Amino acid sequence: MTTTPTLQVDDLQTHFFTKQGIAKAVDGISFTVDRGEVMGLVGESGCGKSVTGFSIIGLVDPPGEVVGGRILFKGEDLVGLDEERMRRLRGNRIAMIFQDPMMTLNPVLRIDTQMIETVLAHEPDVGREEARRRSRDVLGQVGIASADERLKAYPHQFSGGMRQRVAIAIALLNKPDVIIADEPTTALDVTIQGQILYEAQKLCRETGTALIWITHDLAVVAGLADKICVMYAGMMVEEGALNDVLDHPVHPYTVGLLGSVPSHNNRGQRLAQIPGMAPSLLNLPTGCPFKARCTRADGACEAAPEITQPVPGRDVRCFHPHMEAAQ
Amino acid sequence: MSNGIEQTLPAEEAPTAAKIDTPFRRFLSDFFDSPVATGATIVLGCIIFIALFAPLISPTDPYDLATVSVLDGKLPPGAESMDGMTFWLGTDGAGRDLVSAMFYGLRISLGVGVMSGIIAMCIGATVGLAAAYFGGRTDNLIMRLVDIQLSFPSILVALILLAVLGKGVDKIVIALVIAQWAYYARTVRGSALVERSKEYIEAATCLALGHKRIVFRHLLPNCLPPLIVVGTIQTAHAISLEATLSFLGVGLPVSEPSLGLLIANGFDYMLSGRYWISFFPGIALLITIVTINLVGDKLRDVLNPRLQR
Amino acid sequence: MTAMLETRDLSKKFIKHLDLAGKIAQKLGSNIREEVVHAVDGVDMTVARGEVVGLVGESGCGKSTFGRMVAGILEPTAGQISFKGTEVSAMDKEQGADTALQIQMIFQDPFASLNPRMRVEDIIGEAPVIHGMVKRDTMADYVEEVMERVGLDPEYRRRYPHQFSGGQRQRIGIARALAVNPEFLVCDEAIAALDVSIQAQVINLFMDLRQDLDLTYLFISHDLSVVEHISDRVVIMYLGRVVEVAATGELFDAPNHPYTQALLAGVPRLDLRGRVYAPVSGEIPSPLDPPTGCHFHPRCPHATARCGEERPALREIAPGRLSACHLND
Ligand SMILES: Nc1ncnc2c1ncn2[C@@H]1O[C@H](COP(=O)(O)OP(=O)(O)OP(=O)(O)O)[C@@H](O)[C@H]1O
Ligand SMILES: Nc1ncnc2c1ncn2[C@@H]1O[C@H](COP(=O)(O)OP(=O)(O)OP(=O)(O)O)[C@@H](O)[C@H]1O
Ligand code: SF4
Ligand code: SF4
Ligand SMILES: [Mg+2]
Ligand SMILES: [Mg+2]
Repeated sequence: MTTTPTLQVDDLQTHFFTKQGIAKAVDGISFTVDRGEVMGLVGESGCGKSVTGFSIIGLVDPPGEVVGGRILFKGEDLVGLDEERMRRLRGNRIAMIFQDPMMTLNPVLRIDTQMIETVLAHEPDVGREEARRRSRDVLGQVGIASADERLKAYPHQFSGGMRQRVAIAIALLNKPDVIIADEPTTALDVTIQGQILYEAQKLCRETGTALIWITHDLAVVAGLADKICVMYAGMMVEEGALNDVLDHPVHPYTVGLLGSVPSHNNRGQRLAQIPGMAPSLLNLPTGCPFKARCTRADGACEAAPEITQPVPGRDVRCFHPHMEAAQ
Repeated sequence: MSNGIEQTLPAEEAPTAAKIDTPFRRFLSDFFDSPVATGATIVLGCIIFIALFAPLISPTDPYDLATVSVLDGKLPPGAESMDGMTFWLGTDGAGRDLVSAMFYGLRISLGVGVMSGIIAMCIGATVGLAAAYFGGRTDNLIMRLVDIQLSFPSILVALILLAVLGKGVDKIVIALVIAQWAYYARTVRGSALVERSKEYIEAATCLALGHKRIVFRHLLPNCLPPLIVVGTIQTAHAISLEATLSFLGVGLPVSEPSLGLLIANGFDYMLSGRYWISFFPGIALLITIVTINLVGDKLRDVLNPRLQR
Repeated sequence: MTAMLETRDLSKKFIKHLDLAGKIAQKLGSNIREEVVHAVDGVDMTVARGEVVGLVGESGCGKSTFGRMVAGILEPTAGQISFKGTEVSAMDKEQGADTALQIQMIFQDPFASLNPRMRVEDIIGEAPVIHGMVKRDTMADYVEEVMERVGLDPEYRRRYPHQFSGGQRQRIGIARALAVNPEFLVCDEAIAALDVSIQAQVINLFMDLRQDLDLTYLFISHDLSVVEHISDRVVIMYLGRVVEVAATGELFDAPNHPYTQALLAGVPRLDLRGRVYAPVSGEIPSPLDPPTGCHFHPRCPHATARCGEERPALREIAPGRLSACHLND
């Protein structure tokens, strides 16, 4: 290892201690993201993608708690970091774009107020004029025309797509080292999504920001990411370089997921569906959580699989990976 | 048939294991989660029991002139009567056992409140549902009427009505219904508008089910939760309204004293230190209204979908 | 080829009337006016028996409104719908009710589309019993049969909707529609709310049902890859108007209309890696105040002066292929 990666997550575990029991929303996630790299974090609804993001940025609220693992930001462990330091990092060096832009935007404040305050909160000595100039610039960057007028508007005066772009602009303000984008385009139209993906791409290329793009849409990840991490029921099941994973998936879940996506090549044919559905996190079976839906499951899968590297550069959590595909 | 069937999910993969998990059961378990609500429900149950069975459980019949003796009048709590029975809460000016008078008074207060509540609810719910379902001009007309009604304090409406109608249980029920139906109509319309825009109503339209069926089988059951909440709270309101009216002397005839009338009757003796004649009926009224409100508040919490996970 | 469904010049306007305060303000000279949304603006469409037609367009372009009119949930403001050659508005009561059952709709939201206070059995069995298709005492058997058809365990028929997952609920919604033996299904974003692996199950179910029951679909979606997968023909809408109609293969291989081209260029695809995304200029205009002439002209890279003035007609540019763009002249 030569340099410290921008962000390194090591066996992260975040659990929710609810009335109905312990929900292991994140239970063993490891990955690294480097300067200018884009990692796609994919998985089905409720598998813990957002909670992974919240854990990194230190916004897990009770009854949730990070109970294990490390989150190294440029070598500094964010788990158990004091709140003051965390607040300084958050929004400045690490930013998150939420699924719902109104989690970032305050409905009763004008856009310029919110943006200037974000700048000043982390760099008190730049001055209001400079802060305003920067705000205008990033709004332009995310494709909002006549930024000067738009700065004076309130969030409700924007359409959904524009609000999301303003939220993205706020995340970009301080040129953070890491951005976590939690399904920012899911609710948007195709043409607007294209615009936002364009901005995200440009950002990583130009400023070297590391980007974690959370989504359930494999096709978006295919077009954007450098590497991909697949989650199932709180666990990481497969991780590796984008093309390797998409072209030669080895975990049975990844294989099934890719077969489920309608594409150019299987027009009009039956899709290779995964039977059944994801288990509830409160009620996980013992052993491999995927075993009830897995075609390869056997007696061995009654034990919990550990992460192995059946192929170089690929982390897989399975006893019987599809090795024939990897060749 | 092709492979569609293979996907039939095995039984153990059901999202929730309990077969008996009906919406009603879920509601019960949520409701009795809170000790305050459980306590209030038990107290309210006792109050309702007393009201229902007052003739069977009261020590004496306060309206049987043969058993009431003026000589027992104004006795303090715990005193004994001429013929040796104990008046645990004392007697009133006419020598009636206060416990018995309160039991009967509770019966009337609760009866009037519940009766007017139910009638007002039926009228208000039908009107509100019609407004929401048919919309347009019907809606406009009904809601203007509701607005006008709600802009007058209900006590004022009831006072004016009673001045016109005169005294009597039926009269006060009519007055209370007219004073309160608008609250129900507004509530039902609000929730029916929300429910009406949901896709299951469109699906019912698409299945060519009739208007009546859609309104009463699909729309109404889903508007019930807020209706029940408003119902409990408005019933408490009706009871206190009736007590106020009776206290002012425009409500019930003296021959059928409710708690409010008992309080009014005892009020004259307050200054001479015979507090109990007003005090205990007052406490009974307070407990009744507070428990109904507590139950209503908890119902609101449990039934409010926004507070549910 | 007989047309199963045909719409002529179908339009729907939503008018938000002014309230009293608004009317007074207007009288006093304020520029408040009634808001009119021309949600569907003169749509002609034909769906042949057994065909799957995909209806695609961006949010708010009127797809759902069109689907609801076809399913008989909304009354058109203007234009006609014909089903199997007969105009729906000219049908007598009995024929109208029959047609209403023949066209069923599958909804987007697996939570809101099922009555939470009814058992699955009643949700599915209610309409067939009311319409006398089955007797009440054989309803249970009938419901079991329909549930099996959509891949639901009949054991669950006495449960309530909240006891099912999203995918299972969507199957209940499909079963409810199938229970009245429809021939035509309007699927409005029927899989949009489901997880990827569950989406695949439901897409497969739709394809199986089509084969087994000889169904015709109007498949409304904003997800182009799903539409490409399932449809025979695709209709593209923009702000209430149809801009292009073509067989699926032709449309995806060589889109004609500039809007279709922009749409296809933006679609993420599994086989396109490390894409260089291009920004599309301009916002989607508000349907309250659509641009004049060709609705797409403020965003169109090929727009000319004529495009801002004259509405392009939807014309046949090749057999079975329609497009509404001045570039084809
Ligand atoms: N506040 C909470 N209390 C209890 N459990 C929670 C809480 N927040 C999240 N969870 C649990 O954590 C799990 C993961 O949630 P998360 O929001 O990360 O899913 P996700 O992968 O982002 O899903 P989606 O794609 O739907 O956004 C959920 O299954 C949920 O049960
Ligand atoms: N009941 C209504 N009253 C007023 N306006 C409406 C109503 N229903 C729809 N509209 C308007 O009509 C237009 C078309 O709506 P519609 O729901 O048909 O769009 P859509 O294409 O289905 O969009 P989406 O992809 O978001 O579902 C929108 O601008 C919407 O605001
Ligand atoms: S460990 Fe077993 S059950 Fe789990 S994915 Fe691998 S083969 Fe399937
Ligand atoms: S008519 Fe003009 S503006 Fe419209 S799509 Fe064609 S070229 Fe573009
Ligand atoms: Mg999430
Ligand atoms: Mg829609």
